[in-house]
Amino acid sequence: MMEITEGSHAVAEAVRLCRPQVISAYPITPQTHIVEALAEFVANCQLDAEYITVENELSALSACVGASAAGSRTYSATTSQGLMLMAEVCFNAAGMRLPIVMSIANRAMGAPLSIWNDQQDSISLRDSGWLQFYAEDNQEATDLHVLAYKVAEDHSIQLPAFVCFDGFILSHTYEPVDMLTQEDVDKYLPKFNPLERLDAADPISFGMYATPDYYLEFRYEMDQAQKRAKAVIAKAGKEFGAMFGRDYSALIEGYRLEDADTAIIAMGSICGTIKDSIDEMRAEGKKVGLLKIRVFRPFPGEEIAKMLSHVKRVAVLDKNISLGAKGATVMEIRNALYGSSIPVKGYVLGLGGRDVRKRDLKEIVALCEKGPGDQFYGLRKELI
Amino acid sequence: MALAVGCRARPGKARDNKTGSWRVFKPLYDHEKCSKCGMCRTLCPEGCINEDAEGFFDPDYTYCKGCGICAVECPKEAIAMKQEEK
Repeated sequence: MMEITEGSHAVAEAVRLCRPQVISAYPITPQTHIVEALAEFVANCQLDAEYITVENELSALSACVGASAAGSRTYSATTSQGLMLMAEVCFNAAGMRLPIVMSIANRAMGAPLSIWNDQQDSISLRDSGWLQFYAEDNQEATDLHVLAYKVAEDHSIQLPAFVCFDGFILSHTYEPVDMLTQEDVDKYLPKFNPLERLDAADPISFGMYATPDYYLEFRYEMDQAQKRAKAVIAKAGKEFGAMFGRDYSALIEGYRLEDADTAIIAMGSICGTIKDSIDEMRAEGKKVGLLKIRVFRPFPGEEIAKMLSHVKRVAVLDKNISLGAKGATVMEIRNALYGSSIPVKGYVLGLGGRDVRKRDLKEIVALCEKGPGDQFYGLRKELI
Repeated sequence: MALAVGCRARPGKARDNKTGSWRVFKPLYDHEKCSKCGMCRTLCPEGCINEDAEGFFDPDYTYCKGCGICAVECPKEAIAMKQEEK
């Protein structure tokens, strides 16, 4: 059923429909509305879950680790500094192969303090072993939570997942969302059935220590699970499409890309603005297309290389910066296109909530055609 | 043995932990020099030195970490530490 709803509330509703048994989170802007709504669901008996209030994010994710190991479907949500406080636990959750799903309402990293959107927080944890999904709009943010549980809990994967959606731009925006029904979600997402769980009658420990004789192999196994996730996402995404009408089997999506000379690559809500600007550029005769990355981990490198084989140039937009190097996405794209002659140009933009407008995107396409890349876009020269 | 997903383990005994893989120097026992005093067995922190039917001593290399205490303490200097190639 179509509803006009705030992004955070749509996500909270999707999470409720997934029937998490344990939720533990600490409120932080712009994630707060999600966990407020979930706390209300639990208090009103609309969701039969244990809602554990904690003193900070480190405890929030730690509680989820324990609950997940004990065999519960678990959920948390955070952003920015909160995610960094969880960083240590993030690596542990992935290493213990616990399929926790966590929403990230993407926000810039301090200092300087900024509550506004970019994607530095989740990108900074790209190496932690979590699957990373990025939503373009609130419909995707809603759907991807259900998909994320399905993929994460698959016995061949057993990895936790971030569902990232842009703070404020999506989390606080009202949009029409085709809300799923409990009946359908129950059919799509069976009860959590962990391979192993903590049980006093049959004791087991998670995440024991590995000497140098074993550690390398554990990391290899995690990497293999990440790579297997591509096929599992494709299958689960197709099933989602069959049931709900929106197919998420592809890790990437093209928009007017088939005959494009210039491809823009981006993740998250900026893709909506890009599509509008592409329509306008197309009307002016410019052959521009979009390649949207929906899944950043596992990274769909081969799929991207295949989809870009015909383009003349690529402009990669990064709402993050690996300081001292480049944006995280442009480095991945260069890697994916290694050996091809297609020029790849990176633009770091929109950090800390700086708006990216249609005219900015047109300017970037013009810059990309002329040559210069690997730069910050939209710097206020009078300040530096 | 294949790895357990997520490094999960059932409770077990210290015997399951084959500490012999830690070893860099391997103690080699020379029974010609040995006086069968048993000092090596008494002082071994791993408790992995066993007496055979003739009263000689030898370490169980599955568990011997190669700490070298036996070699230092042996009154007959009957134990040599030799670097192992792995």
